[in-house]
Amino acid sequence: MIDVFYAIFDPDNVFLKYAFIMGCLASISFGIIGTFVTTKRIGYLAGAISHCVFGGIGLALFLQVNIGLTWFDPMLGAVLAAIIAAVTVGLVSLHAKEREDTIIGTLWAVGMASGILLIDMTPGYFNLASYLFGDILLISSKDLLYVACLDAFVLCLSILFFNRFFGVCFDSEFTLLRGINTSFFYLLLLILTALTIVLLVRIVGIVLVIALLTIPSAIASFYAKRLWQMMVYSCLLCLFFIWAGLGVSYAYSLSSGPTIIVLSGSAYLVLLIIHKLIK
Amino acid sequence: MHNNADNKNDHEIILDNISFAYKQRNVLENVDLVINKGEFASIVGPNGGGKTTLIKLILGLIRPDKGSIQVFGKSPKKARQQMGYMPQYAHLDMDFPASVMDVVLLGRLKKSNLWFSKQDRIKALDAIDELGMSTYVNTGFNELSGGQKQRILIARALCNSPDILLLDEPTANVDQQTEKNLFSILKNLNSKMTILLVSHDLGFVSKYVKSVICVNRQVVIHPTTMINGAMIKDIYHGDLKMVRHDHRCSPKGHNND
Repeated sequence: MIDVFYAIFDPDNVFLKYAFIMGCLASISFGIIGTFVTTKRIGYLAGAISHCVFGGIGLALFLQVNIGLTWFDPMLGAVLAAIIAAVTVGLVSLHAKEREDTIIGTLWAVGMASGILLIDMTPGYFNLASYLFGDILLISSKDLLYVACLDAFVLCLSILFFNRFFGVCFDSEFTLLRGINTSFFYLLLLILTALTIVLLVRIVGIVLVIALLTIPSAIASFYAKRLWQMMVYSCLLCLFFIWAGLGVSYAYSLSSGPTIIVLSGSAYLVLLIIHKLIK
Repeated sequence: MHNNADNKNDHEIILDNISFAYKQRNVLENVDLVINKGEFASIVGPNGGGKTTLIKLILGLIRPDKGSIQVFGKSPKKARQQMGYMPQYAHLDMDFPASVMDVVLLGRLKKSNLWFSKQDRIKALDAIDELGMSTYVNTGFNELSGGQKQRILIARALCNSPDILLLDEPTANVDQQTEKNLFSILKNLNSKMTILLVSHDLGFVSKYVKSVICVNRQVVIHPTTMINGAMIKDIYHGDLKMVRHDHRCSPKGHNND
């Protein structure tokens, strides 16, 4: 494991240094948004959004190669798909009372499937696994800048609208009665979730991103007494899991995304059992 | 209701020929109801009879299919700032990380202010104090007992100094002693505001309240002195258990036997 520390500062291993910086930046957005997702219990909606992102990536690759729209890169496709998915999923959960889970489940699967079909129709080889499970080798300095901007955006909005988001997550009906436009803040929360998912798919991939969004917050909820505390704990836990996962995956030549998820998932299960036993 | 029903200025809530259907089923049908200033009324009736629907209509959370509602002569939406609301207990996530103060401060949310002011905190503290919960200000909301949570939710409804207080099942999941304490608090509050509460228990509540609003698709309002077996039988369609239940709990039920 000591090798990892030397490797980080090895100028030939710049990707590893980027990965660790990425982990640090990512945990800020993950911790804050993850706390909202966990307390509002919209992990399922976040899952649907992340799988729709794959549809956007597929569409971007299709348009780039087949139609020749070179400016339409996968990142742009992913952002567009995520925002459209967030608004759709949000409106469905606000208005379709009875069939909500069926509609969201359908969006989830169709988003994913359409991505695969679009890539099937695009000539050339694409490393699907890197989108699905993440690949830290692909992280560039541009990605770090994107995630830093996302952090600034998420932090600003969360501080500015903290009490409104708190109200929407704890008791939306009561918050509405106090004259707050709860639908707007709910959709804003979903859009922030979508942006977080897109930018952080690079680390753990579409399939695993939901785990990293919800597991640190779920652990934090055992110990936090207030919402902002839960956010701080989530950020720290998220940072710990990403760094530990990166270290272990480097030392044993394993895939980084799955290593991070297995580590955090097992920590959650162990702590959950301890927490239940103490209570 | 029974003393000065003719003075129009005292009519705080007016429901005029309201109908509301949910999933093609009529929950409320042609309901007329007037609530006067200073009223302390308990809304009773069988499950699914429309008690919560009535409260939500008054708050403007749902719109009637037919008829009109006025609160302080305004639409329910515009009158919201003057109404305090305590939702059903089971409606909230009891694992949510929030202190008592965090929860009560929600009652001070305003469209115009992003953050809470010192004034907001003072008002919240006053409301917590009024409910006798001052020692729990920094306690986690999820660490409180059922009765304590109810009190905090009432404090949240109170901290914006409403003129009408609407409570949905404030005595669900609490023991008899806690219920008694809650009602003596409500009795004091009634000197400052109109109170409407949903209850699942007819006999016990009627000792404290001035009127009983019976809801079962239709709505009938009775002063508490008028409660008798026939009225209960009418609203519950002669359910034997319900009639006996009132017998056991309410001396008035016996008197009218």
